[in-house]
Formats: sequence, C-alpha cells, structure tokens
Amino acid sequence: MPQKMITIPDFSLSPRIDKTGIEERADRITKRSIKKETKVNGLKLVLNMIDLTTLEGKDTEGKVKQMCYKAAHLMDTYPELPTVAAVCVYPSMVAIAKKMVEGTGINVASVATAFPSGQSALKVKLADTRYAVSEGADEVDMVISRGKFLEGEYNFVFDEIAQVKEACGNARLKVILETGELITFDKVRRASDIAMYAGADFIKTSTGKIAPAATLPVTLVMLEAIRDFYYKTGKMIGMKPAGGISKSKLALHYLVMVNEILGEEWMNNHWFRFGASSLANDVLMQLMKEKTGVYQGKDYFAID
Amino acid sequence: MAKRNNTLKLKFDNARKLAPAPESRSSATIDARYNLFIDGKFTPPASKKYFATTNPATDEKLSEVADANAADVDKAVKAARNAYNKYWKKMPGKERGKYIYRIARMVQERARELAVVETLDGGKPIRESRDFDVPTAANHFFYYAGWADKLPYAFPDRKPTPLGVAAQIIPWNFPLLMASWKIAPALATGNTVVLKPAETTPLTALLLAKIIQEADLPPGVVNIITGAGATGAAMVNHPDVNKIAFTGSTDVGKIIQRAIAGTGKKATLELGGKAANIIFDDAPIDQAVEGVVNGIFFNQGHVCCAGSRLYVQESVMKEVMRKLKDRLETLIVGDPMDKNTDIGAINSKQQYDQINKYIKIGLNEGAEMFQSSCSLPKKGLFIPPTVFTNVAQSSRITQEEIFGPVLTVQTFRTDDEVIEKANNSPYGLSSGVWTDKGSKIFNLTTKLRSGVVWANTFNKFDPTSPFGGYKESGYGREGGLHGLAPYVSLEKFEE
Repeated sequence: MPQKMITIPDFSLSPRIDKTGIEERADRITKRSIKKETKVNGLKLVLNMIDLTTLEGKDTEGKVKQMCYKAAHLMDTYPELPTVAAVCVYPSMVAIAKKMVEGTGINVASVATAFPSGQSALKVKLADTRYAVSEGADEVDMVISRGKFLEGEYNFVFDEIAQVKEACGNARLKVILETGELITFDKVRRASDIAMYAGADFIKTSTGKIAPAATLPVTLVMLEAIRDFYYKTGKMIGMKPAGGISKSKLALHYLVMVNEILGEEWMNNHWFRFGASSLANDVLMQLMKEKTGVYQGKDYFAID
Repeated sequence: MAKRNNTLKLKFDNARKLAPAPESRSSATIDARYNLFIDGKFTPPASKKYFATTNPATDEKLSEVADANAADVDKAVKAARNAYNKYWKKMPGKERGKYIYRIARMVQERARELAVVETLDGGKPIRESRDFDVPTAANHFFYYAGWADKLPYAFPDRKPTPLGVAAQIIPWNFPLLMASWKIAPALATGNTVVLKPAETTPLTALLLAKIIQEADLPPGVVNIITGAGATGAAMVNHPDVNKIAFTGSTDVGKIIQRAIAGTGKKATLELGGKAANIIFDDAPIDQAVEGVVNGIFFNQGHVCCAGSRLYVQESVMKEVMRKLKDRLETLIVGDPMDKNTDIGAINSKQQYDQINKYIKIGLNEGAEMFQSSCSLPKKGLFIPPTVFTNVAQSSRITQEEIFGPVLTVQTFRTDDEVIEKANNSPYGLSSGVWTDKGSKIFNLTTKLRSGVVWANTFNKFDPTSPFGGYKESGYGREGGLHGLAPYVSLEKFEE
C-alpha cells in the first residue's frame, strides 16, 4: 500500500463555521456533570496534561528552577500523583529547565519565532528555533504571522510554518494561532487548516499575552478541524488551549469536549495539553477536597 | 505512514461512561392523590374515579389523579363562565397583567421542583426540563403579561374583546410548557380557562394549579381538570365553551373539527408534523449535524415539529453521515433524572409500541438502519437514537409521523428538487435550512409550506415568535403577537 499523498487544499475554501452553533455546542458540553471517580480521574489527567508555563520578561534562573521543581513535585504528600507534561519557557531558559527536569519524564517546551508577536524576519525566527532545539527543547511553540494571515498571504504563513517545522528536527512543533487576534471562527478554522497541512504536530490557541486567550468555543472549532484532518489524512494532531484556564471545573469541561469530539485516543498528554500557570494548584485543591471532604486554604498549596 | 481512510474510526465508548450525577428528588413533593382544580379549590370528582400516573423510566406509580366526567366538566365550565362575568372581563388589562406576572415569577421561584416533577412524570431528561421546559414556560407568562394592558396596540383601529370561556387540551410531550402557551395568552386577552393536561403527564399542570391558587387569581379564572379522551370530548362538546385550543394528534384534531362544525366555537389546532431538515453542501456541516441531533433527538423525538426527515445534498452525504454517526455515539441514553442524560424514557407503553412498529416497518421496507452502540437501562421504556438511510418519499417511515427518536435520511441534487420533496407531505408545521448563503435561505423560506422555517438552527422557541402549521398540521398561531388573535374578536370602532 503506497503512502497516501496529502494534497494541499485551497485554504480560502476552508469550511465555514456558524458562530451560534459552535457556542451552543460548547455550552452543552458545560452541562455535563462530572462527579466522583470520573472527577478524580479527570483531575489527575488534567495535571498530567499541563504545560507549566513561565513566559515573563523578568524570568530568571531562580524562578525557572523553582517552577521546574514544582513540575515534578506537585504535592509529594499526595500519593501517586502524576507530574505535569512539560515546562514551557523562553529559549534562554531551556538549558536550565532541561537540567532541572532530567530523569522526571517531563518535557521542556520552548517558545520561539519572535514570540509573542512573531514580528521578525524568517531567518531570525529560524535561528530562534534552532537555538531552542540546540539548548535541548523537546517541543517548540511557534507563533504564526497573524499580520500576513489577515492580509490573505496564506502561502507565506504556510511556508513559514513548514520551514520552522524543518528547523525543529525531532522536536514536536506546536503552532500558536493567537485566536484572540483572528477574531472570527472562520479565520480560526482556516488558520488551523494551514498549520496542520504545513506540518504542525499541535495547534495551540494563544500566547497568553492577548485577550481573549483560550475559550471553549474556539477550542471546539480547532478540535473539529483536527477531526476533519484526521479523517482526510489519517494523521493525528494534538491540541493545546492556552491562557485563561485556571479552574478545575473549566479544565474538566475541556476534557469532556476532547472526549466527545475526538474520542479516547486523544485523552492523554501526547495529544492534548493545557498551557497554564495557576491551574495546577486549583486542581490539587479539588483533589484534596475529594479526598478529605473539605476545602483547604490556598496557603496549603505551594505556589512553585 | 498514514492509515487508510476507510479504516479510520474515532472511539467514543468512554465519553458515555460518566459517574452517575442524579438530580435530587427532595425539592419536589408529590401528593398521593390530586383532585380537580375548579373554582379556585381542589375538589373531588363527581365520577369518584381516579387513575394512576407513573414514571415511564421506572414504571413506579407516582400519584393518582381524578378522572373528570361530563358533570365535572360542566362544573368547571360554569365556574369559568361565572368568573368571566363576575371578575375577569371587567378587570382592567393592567390588573390582569399583574396576576400573570405573579404566575411567571412563581414558576421561576419553583423552577427546580417543576423540573423534577416534569422529568419524573414524563421521562424527559432533567437537563431539558431544567434548561428548556420550565424557563420557557415562565417566559411565556412574562411575555403575555406584558400584552395584557396593550391590546389596542396589538390590533390598531380595532377593539379587541375577549371570547369568553376557552377549553384547552394539551399533549404529553411538553406538559408545563404547553399549559403556559395556552393559559398565558387566554388570560392576557381577558378569557377564562378550563385546561386539561394529558392523562400520562398531569402532575406539572396540577402544580401550576397550586401556583395559580397561591397567586390568588379570582376563583374560576383558571380551572384545571384531569382525565383522558372522554373528558376532552366533554369539554369540546360543552355548549357554553366559546373557544377550543388543542395541541395533539391530527386524528383527534379532525374529530374536534367535526364536533364544532356549525357551533360558532372558534378553534386553534396544533397537530402533527413531519419536518424536513435540509442540509446544503455549503452549510457549516458540524453545526448542521448538531442541529439534526437537536431536531430529532430533543425530548426523545416527542416533538410535533421534530426534524424527522433529513435531506442532504448528495455531494456532502458521506461527510454528514459520518459526523452524524460519530455524534450519536456520544449521546447518553438512560435515567432521565441523571444530569448527563441526553435521551430519556419514551413517555408511555403505547408510544413505545408505536415507535417500534415503525422501526419494523422501516426494516421491512428495506431501509438501512443505524443505531448508536449505547447501552440501555434494563427497566423502563428506552429506544436508542435511530437513523434510516436508503429510504424514499414513498417509504412509509418518511411519510408518517413516528413521534420518536427515529430519523430518515434522503439525498437531493438541486434546490428545486428539495423544495418539492420537503413540501411533498400532508404536514406543514416546521422545517430547517442549513446553508452559508443568505439568499438561498430567503429563497427557501418563501417556498417551504410550513409554519416555521428555521435557518441554521432548529427547535428554537421564543415567546415572541408565532408557531403553528399548514395543512394537516393544523391552523391558528400560538406565541407572539399572532398568538393573541385567536383569543379575541375584533370589532370596528364606531365613528
């Protein structure tokens, strides 16, 4: 059986999305009531899907080291908790993070390509990517050129992603669409298609620097794009909503959505991630509540 | 290496395996026995007879209700006539409006109790009674409360006057909601009411009677009596009734139509349906598929305007069917009281047999059947979501109203073809159009012979929007400004 050729579609013909319908479906997802063992299992899975993130101008070696320790030791007094999936840092912090998480199974993800705006020359973006990978990044989170996309220069956006993918080597590539700057669901769908056909391993909603960041409706649009791409090509693509997800209940709604749109093969951290910095502690708080029956104050959970 | 396309299949078994999340029954108290609500009081029936009402999900008996005979109907109509002459027709619209607002607020305040009882008595999922039936019922009272003192604006240059006593007979699929659709406009226009809920689902109407009692409406303005077909016939044939409002089957609608011929009684009949839901190739397919699910599997398909005939443009048939099957695999069928249940219990044994009869007919006609692989509860009346392909206009399952979770799917090639097929039905209650193109929507809305045409959505109900049918789906409109007209006679102002 010869390998199926993936033909590149005309992205201006990407399926149209009905906003009202998307919002209603997303709202119906939130009506699922997640209780008891389903809740506990879901919460542990959420922890295991987190890309624990620090992306600040004021990031230092000390800050990154402490966050990396927390990534592997979410709550040592709670038996058999998973670790997070990855830590996500700027390229300059990759080597430090890599050393800190060695042997834990936690990946190091690095943003690149002139994150968060992407307003730089391609050669700079490629150099940025190569630098992150050479420092040891297992995963690269790139941003698309939203300006070019909005100008209708879809080939430019496509080629850029394809070249960054090449520069990644073995590192998995997450492509950030920055949906808060694309505004309409039609455009989110089109950008998702471009990213997947250009070689993305993951598509990701947001940098966390623009509001609105991830929402359930926008994630639904992207999950449906992943499903269509899977049926067309047989290739699985991962999904990462990022920014604005800080509560357990909301995170569980995301899991219900993945489970109902893509099914159980996506229900692990190889195919689904949360980009979040404060979600982990809310999940821990809920897990302790399920275990002990009472809520504990936030000072009983270490911030990093 | 990419897998071959035709072997690709997403797995959804786990999406249905959620820990139980039952709604508590504690918010609702159901009396062991209910009497007739006549003249502001709960009174035992002259018939001295009662019948049981059960939970279709468990066969458990919930309560027993009075079986009103002709003498009881006469008592209720007399109470309504007396209240009409003594209080209601003389009361200024502004004052009537206050009472209706009060009912609306009390329905909201007791929303949880009403939702729980609706689900226990009828079998519909608690998610629907909580999020749709009860809030929409309250909205109808709020909306028509607002019209009570503004009737001259509804009918410019005319003097709207009430008709008198309205006999209202409602079905079992949306018991509380249908009661509010009927009672609210009648009260707003100054009529008094005798209402009979369906014999399998009387409880929420009786709770509404308690609310009306507590709201301190003048006695006899609203009377709620229970019983089966004979009670309904006595209401229709009572000589002192001025107006019949009926929602139910086309067969009974025809009987009513014959019974009132020549009597001068006015009527609105909201009867059966076999709605066409049309997906064009330029539609947002995922949202259209969701609309198909909402169209036919909402309330177990016990919806007169259910989108039971799906028409898909041939070029997108494969994609639509794959997405529809994937979506059906994620639907949870089971205990209606569980907050995660999507499809609850079939309302009665009679309806259960009726649906299964049609499934058998479909199979005998050579149609290809798909049912979701979900498991069903061992006890109670449940049918999995069912889709038939390989059917034609000439198949009985595409012609006759099944009133259950059964969808037929046909393909079409051109706009003209689908318009012709959609209209090729004795019914004409509702239809749906899915396309990204606005001009196509307007082309179809002008040509589809149905009272409601939904565009890029389905089964949306709003108090401000009129609802009603063509042909065997009945006549008259409920809801909106149009819903006032069947309850008034319009006289010209004298110059």
